[in-house]
Amino acid sequence: MENDKLVIRGIEFKSRLWVGTGKYKDFKQTKEAIEASGTDVVTVAVRRVNIFDRNSENLLDYIDPKKYKILPNTAGCYTVEEALRYARLAREAGISDMVKLEVIGDERTLFPDVCGLIKATEILAKEGFIVFPYTNDDPVTAKRLEDAGAAAVMPLGAPIGSGLGIRNPYNIKIILETVKVPVIVDAGVGTASDATIAMELGCDAVLINTGIACAKDPVKMASAMKHAVIAGRLAYLAGRIPKKLYASASSPLEGMLI
Amino acid sequence: MRYSSLHPHGDAGLSIFMKIRLNGEDYEIPGELTLEELLESLSINPGRVAVEVNLQVIKRSQFGTFRIKEGDIVEIVNFVGGGQDGER
Repeated sequence: MENDKLVIRGIEFKSRLWVGTGKYKDFKQTKEAIEASGTDVVTVAVRRVNIFDRNSENLLDYIDPKKYKILPNTAGCYTVEEALRYARLAREAGISDMVKLEVIGDERTLFPDVCGLIKATEILAKEGFIVFPYTNDDPVTAKRLEDAGAAAVMPLGAPIGSGLGIRNPYNIKIILETVKVPVIVDAGVGTASDATIAMELGCDAVLINTGIACAKDPVKMASAMKHAVIAGRLAYLAGRIPKKLYASASSPLEGMLI
Repeated sequence: MRYSSLHPHGDAGLSIFMKIRLNGEDYEIPGELTLEELLESLSINPGRVAVEVNLQVIKRSQFGTFRIKEGDIVEIVNFVGGGQDGER
């Protein structure tokens, strides 16, 4: 696994598990879960500073940007203009050109607005951003995003926060065959086996937030996800056996008593 | 209306207060402060925020020279916990 590094636009990612920092009980738990996950990339949101309560703690007091790659998102943005605004602010607040681009099309499902997403990807890529768009599990959209300059594509396994797992593994497989950029499953992973399935399909990484943060024991789940991603990646690299209808004995027949 | 605690020489009477919109709220500052001065007065570490004035992102290297003017709409943002989606 040492030589199996994920590199995107020259940036080396040690972990194939990426972790969100929302929905935790407090910053202490966030930090513990992130440490247990073994990740080196965390997503964050961009929001107004609380001007009138300067004693409130900052996420970056707990998550050291020297230790972790900070991947800001444009979560909560419903238009191209909003997403561009947040991305530009994020770049200025942070230390890199990376942005997890979200242009949401529907409040109930949080499915992406793919037209807006492609447009925003194109604009941000031209501005020098390293764009990671959160998209549908649609191979055609994935290709359009790649053509628009996306550094990777991040198809959903299932709706954000749903924990429904990889609902359409066949589409994820087709996306993997369609685009050359890395494919990172974003959203829907509910438990360890979901993460493993994504990695066994050949995905380059998995991004998880709710599946870890809202588990009964987030720190334990973070550790489970870490192992699940490693297991799935190893199984993918090892190459699974073909599925067969009938048995195939694994013990020799030679030397039996009759 | 909130008032800033910025009274350069402790004498509000001599200062010319200026109204701005800061993170969605009306705010008064004593004269045309630079962004650096504004952040300092708010005890905000400039290394961890991004600032937008009238929808234009201001580069951190310009914080020391960029002056805020009457009626400016200022947004100061930072990173908070988030993964996918998020609340509006």
